[in-house]
This record gives sequence, C-alpha cells and structure tokens, in this order.
Amino acid sequence: MKTNLEFGPICRALLRNKVGAVLIALQIALTMTIVVNAIFIIVERQALMQRESGIDEANSFYLTSTGFGNDFEPKRVIEQDLDVIRNTPGVIDAIQINAIPISGGGWSMSLTTEPGDDQEDVSTANYFVDAHGINALDLEVIAGRNFTATDIRWRERNQPDWPDNAMITKALAEKLFPDIPWQSVVGKTVYIGDDEPVIVTGIVDKLQAPWIGWSELENAMLSPEKMVSESTRYFIRTEPGERDRLMAELEDTLANAYGNRLIRNVTTVTETRERSYRQHSAMIKILSTVMVLLTLITAMGIIGLTSFNVNRRRKQIGTRRALGASKQAIVRYFMLENVIISTTGILLGVAMTIGLNMLLIEWFAMTALDWYYIPAGMVVLFVVGQLAVLGPALKAAATPPAIATRTV
Amino acid sequence: MFYYYLKLASKSIKRTPWLSGLMMLAIALGIGACMTTITVNYLMSANPIPEKSDQLYYVQLDSWSPHFAAREPNEPPDQLTWTDATNLMQAQQAFRQSAMASSGGVVQPDNPDVKPFMASLRLNFADFFPMFNAPFLYGSGWQYSDDTARKQVAVISKETNDRVFGGENSVGKSITIAGEMFTVVGVLDEWVLVPRFYDVTTGAFSETEDVFIPFYMKQVMQLSNGGNTNCWKSPEGEGFEAFLMSECINYQMWVELPTDAERDAYMTFLNAYVDEQKALGRFPRPHNNRLSDVMTWMETEEVVADDAQIMMYMAFLFLFVCILNTVGLLLSKFATRNGDVALRRAIGATKGAIFAQYITETALIGLIGGVLGLALASLGLQAIESLYGDFISELVHLDATMVVLSFGIAITASVLAGCYPAWRVCSIPPASQLKTQ
Repeated sequence: MKTNLEFGPICRALLRNKVGAVLIALQIALTMTIVVNAIFIIVERQALMQRESGIDEANSFYLTSTGFGNDFEPKRVIEQDLDVIRNTPGVIDAIQINAIPISGGGWSMSLTTEPGDDQEDVSTANYFVDAHGINALDLEVIAGRNFTATDIRWRERNQPDWPDNAMITKALAEKLFPDIPWQSVVGKTVYIGDDEPVIVTGIVDKLQAPWIGWSELENAMLSPEKMVSESTRYFIRTEPGERDRLMAELEDTLANAYGNRLIRNVTTVTETRERSYRQHSAMIKILSTVMVLLTLITAMGIIGLTSFNVNRRRKQIGTRRALGASKQAIVRYFMLENVIISTTGILLGVAMTIGLNMLLIEWFAMTALDWYYIPAGMVVLFVVGQLAVLGPALKAAATPPAIATRTV
Repeated sequence: MFYYYLKLASKSIKRTPWLSGLMMLAIALGIGACMTTITVNYLMSANPIPEKSDQLYYVQLDSWSPHFAAREPNEPPDQLTWTDATNLMQAQQAFRQSAMASSGGVVQPDNPDVKPFMASLRLNFADFFPMFNAPFLYGSGWQYSDDTARKQVAVISKETNDRVFGGENSVGKSITIAGEMFTVVGVLDEWVLVPRFYDVTTGAFSETEDVFIPFYMKQVMQLSNGGNTNCWKSPEGEGFEAFLMSECINYQMWVELPTDAERDAYMTFLNAYVDEQKALGRFPRPHNNRLSDVMTWMETEEVVADDAQIMMYMAFLFLFVCILNTVGLLLSKFATRNGDVALRRAIGATKGAIFAQYITETALIGLIGGVLGLALASLGLQAIESLYGDFISELVHLDATMVVLSFGIAITASVLAGCYPAWRVCSIPPASQLKTQ
C-alpha cells in the first residue's frame, strides 16, 4: 500500500514542526469538547421546549380584570363578563381560572391516598374551573365525567376548604395509584392537604402545571369552583384565526361594560410559552452561535497553518512533482498529515468532552452525555479538518515541478 | 524605539492582511464572548449594597413540618409566617428590623385625567428605608410609631409620583390605594437595585415597588398575597385571620446588626424565641435558624443563573481556542521572517530587540482585536437583551471596569500568545539562515 508508506515521511516532517501540529491538535480537541457539550445541551433544551401543555395554545388568550371601589360586586360582574364573552361570535368558550398553564404562577397542593400528615404525598397544580373548563382548555375527559353546573360552587375570599369532587390528569392518576389502571381511579377518594377527602369523578388526557421547571409538570387537578375576587382572570379560546381580533375587541367590550375596573395583561398563550421558555431558547441560540463561530475559527486556523506549510515547502513539493509524484500524491500527503493531527486532537477531545460533561454534572446538576454524541462529534471534527485542508492541499498540488529547478 | 517597532509592526500587518485579519478576528471573537458573559455574571453577582452588606441579615426560622424539611437537605423555609414576623417585630431586638410582604392594588388618582392603574405594593416597617439606604427625593419614611398605630401612610416611587402627581412634591397629599386613603410621607428617587436583594423570592431582578405602605395594612385591609405562599398544613378555620394565624409562609424579614456581638446576641434571641414557641406547640423541628448576610443569602438563593455561569465557562474555553489559533498563525507568520531576523541579528541587533519588535506586533494585533472585541461585546449584550427580554435590561450595560478588563484580557492574551513565536524567531542562529539565502 502506497499510502501506508507515506506515513513515515509525514510523521518525521511533523516532528520537525511539533509545536504547530500540537497547537492544531489542541484546538481540535477543545473545539470538540465545546461543540459536543453544546450540542448535547441544545438537544436537551429542545426536548424541554417541545413538551405540550395540553391546551389549545395557538387560539387561546387570557386577561385580568381588577375591580375597585367599595360597591364592586365580584360575583355579579364575573357572571356578566362570562356571559358576554361566551356569546361573542368567534369565541369557542371562556372560563374564570385561577392560574394559566405554563405561565409561571399558580397554586399547588399535596395529595395523599390515605388521610394523615405522615403519608407519602404527591404534589399537584390546582386549577379552579367551571363546567366549561374542559371545552375552554381543549381537554378531553377520558374516563368518568365532566363537571356539571350543580358541581360548581363559589370559593369565598380565603376560604380554605375544597369541593367534594375533582378531575385529575391521567399522569396524576398514575402517580397517585401506580398499582391500578388509570381508568379505575375514577370514584377513588384522595386527601388534599393531609386530611380533606375529595372524590375523583373524572380523568382528563393532559394538562400541564404552571411551572415548566417543576418535576411534577404533568400533575394537575381541576376543581369545580369559581372565585369571589376583585381581581380575576378569564381564559378565552377562540375559533382559529379569530384570536387577535377578539383580544382587542373583548378588552374594549369588558372595559366599557363596567366602569370601576381595569382590564390588564391581555396576553396570548403563545406569548406566555415564549416568555416561559425564553431562557431555553436563548441558551439554544447562544450556544449554536458559539458552536458555529468556534468551528469556523478552528477551520480557519487549519487553513492558515496548512497554507503556511505549503508555502514553506514549495520547493520540496516542486522537487517531488519533478521526481514523478502525481498531483493526487501531493494532495494525499497533506490530507494524511491532517488525519494524523486530527486523530490525535479528536482522541484528546473525547477525554476532554467527557471531562467537561462530568464538571457540568458536578457543578450544575446536568445530565450525563449520551454515548452516541461522542462518535458523532468525532466524525464532524474529522470532516471539518479534511475540508479545511483540502483548499491549501489543492493549491500545493498546483505547484509547477519547474520550481524545483529555480533558485537552488 | 517603540515608535519604530510600531511602524514595523503596522507594516508587517499590512503585508499579510488576511492572516493578520484572521488573528484579530479570532481575538475579537474570544474577547467579545468573554466580555459579554463576564458582564452578565458580574452584574448578576454584584453587591447591591456594598456599604453594609455584611451588617444586614436575612432571618430564617425552621417552622416547617416534623416529617419533611422545607427544602432539601434540611434547609429552613425561605420565608416566615405572619405570627413569627409580627412577634419578632414586636420584640425589637435588633438595631434595625423590618418584616416585609408584597401585594398589589389599584391606585385611583384624584385627578380624573389620570386613569386608575395597578401598582405593586411592598408592605414593610419604618426601618426598611434607612436599613436599605432608600434614596428620597421628597419627604422621608414613616416612624415605627406610625407602624404600631396602623397609620395609613405611604412612600411612593418616583415613577408613581410622576404619574399621579405630575412629578411635584406630593408629601402631605392623599392617594387612594386599594380603596383606602393614604397620606404620602415620602417620594423615592430612582431606585435601581441589581439584584433586588431585599426580596428575591419573586425573582432577583424585579424592579423596586411602586408603593410602600406599613406592614400591618396587610391585616387591616386584608390585602392579597404577593409572591409565593407555602403551607405545610392547612389553615385552621376560615377567613383572612385564620390564614394569617396559620403556618403558611409569605413574609420576609431583614435585620441590621452592626457588630458580630449583636449578631450573636440576635441569634441567641431567635433560639430562645423558638423555644418559647415550642412550648406553645409550634416549631416541631429541631433548632435550625439562620441569619445570612446579603451576599451569603444571594448565594443560597442562587441569584446567578446556572446558564449564565455555563456560558461564561464556555466563553473562556472559546477564548482559549482563539488564543491557540493565534499562536499557531503567529508561528507561521514569524517563521517566514527568519531571513530578515537573521540579517538583523548578523548586523548587530540583540535578541532582546528582536523580541521586543515582534511582541510589539502581537500587542498591536491584540489591541485592535480588543477594540473589535469590545464592539462585539456590546453587540453581544444587545443580543442577550433581545433574547432574554426586558427583565435583564439592568444586567446588560458595559461599565468602565468591564472596558478596562476587556482591554487587559485582550492585550495580555495576545502578548502571551506572541511570546512563544517571538522567542522562537529571535533564537534562530543568524549564520545558518543567512547561508541558505
């Protein structure tokens, strides 16, 4: 094999210019370390961002109504408002709700399957909705039944007790009763805040909690109640394409319907998702930029150094060409030289990649890298190295053999 | 001599524009990335009240459940119950002290042209203002006697004053907050705290509140809970009072203790207080009370986001790669000059002179890279602001320290990068090089 024979001279030539080769290898190793870890973080964050909240995000929005003045009657205004909103053309349904999924703020309680404060508990987010909740939030009751108008009660200010029944998500049903199929959780009694019994009358398919960083994100409980409060939130689901028009229209309608109140924070769920996940999308964008720039810098470094080597060895290249070496042989020389440097760098890079990942786990409680990121990173860095060296190598191959005869 | 080297350096840079440009770009990118991330981290971890951050202590009492800790591993809750907040305030055992809560309410200006608006409220005691060096534009805070007398007095922010009173001195005027009449006793000047250390439970980089009113107004006006409310057991009984008397935490407390002796004394007082409460059947957990000074508390609450730190370390690695890149390119560049160097050495230049000449060149490259890097950093900070949104806007401005630091890093980095190549080039034996010409 001809290529094998070329390893000897290449290695000897490299040893004469150790520092340059070592620098490139180090650069490749560090680039691999950063790129692989960055890609891993990016993929992880993307997976987080793709989780679905369970509600009709594209066609929903919400707003806050805050009444003031001493003659403000919350119950009457809330009933009127809901009536007005529900009868507006383009609105599918609307509810009063205490918290918005994935928005960052809400209620949570602990549930147990036996009464008592020493029981193992499961935390859940709590949403207060009426019989329209399922429709407005675009949920499906997959076992049991939806709330009816007779289930709904008013929760007075600071009233601590809970209605007799509730619906829970399938995920929560499975967490509470891991030993039985989720369908049979309907009819079971759970205890809220240690000792207050609540009967599960329905299971819904999927609804996320308000806190996207919470480990119990899929645990949610729907409580059949409306709240007596000056400041209240309405959640509105519209026909596709009607959302933006209705946001402006309903803001005006509600503000005009009753003078002594403010309508504020008219917000789409799309915007809420963007805000909640902004940190992750920012991290993805920043790391992507860093990765691209870094790879470019390394590639440029390889190009610069190889070009320099090519220039310095013009005479030798010319001599080789004059002695009968083909153009391919010259290109192959530089490519092989890069293979040796890259392989060294990549092997070092594997160790450093794992090292950085371990540090990130230790310092920032991150998860361990999946093994296949490493071979993928090795291939990418290898290809980048070969591509970078190709230009200068072709230039080297174009060296006319006649140059060997000059200036010597 | 230096000027001559500078001329040589700029000539040499012009001779190889691509290679030099690549080096400057590499340094600029590395510096830009580092500056951007260092600035964000630096401002996140800034000491918001350096003059007395070691005299202000955040109070934590472990009032939590006998069966599990408020925060793993065995950390006390991050807030207090109403009962404990008011008891500690009544004891008045510290030099200064203020329990706090947050809430919100509609402000209804008397002027019919100004629309009612929702204002963020902070409920606090008189000591809050002197304790945190709140800057006053007009008037001052209220007295502790106003707190105990449950007087309806308010301190408003500059922004609120501009909005409601058109910016004039409103001390003595009345303002309707959440349906009640308050008398304005003070107007704050612009008050930017980064981080807003006195309450980080609702995000460390929130703004200071619109209106400040006495803490007991929470009870008097039955104001809603702002921030996080956590309970390990449900309130006993119904209504607002039952909630206040419950084991639910929603209140923060700071004390000012100028000396270590006072701090130790206050700790002893806290432990004695908890024993007293234990006798009443509360505090089922063993003693676990804390007094954390400002910077310790910021660290406990992890005010500097993990992502910001990860990015900073990544940026350092990035800069390191850029420097390696520059060293490699400089080696190549200087090696083409072996002939010149040999000639200069042969006609009498010392090694030191050659070294100085080439180091000047790398420093010049570093300087230009640094300037470019600074420009990239301000672009980077703008990008960060647009990626993260408004809440971070206090974190994304370059200050003088950062500018000096970035030039420092840029020049140090490039001179370090240039050392080895310059040493290599000045240590070539003149004779052998001259011979091959």
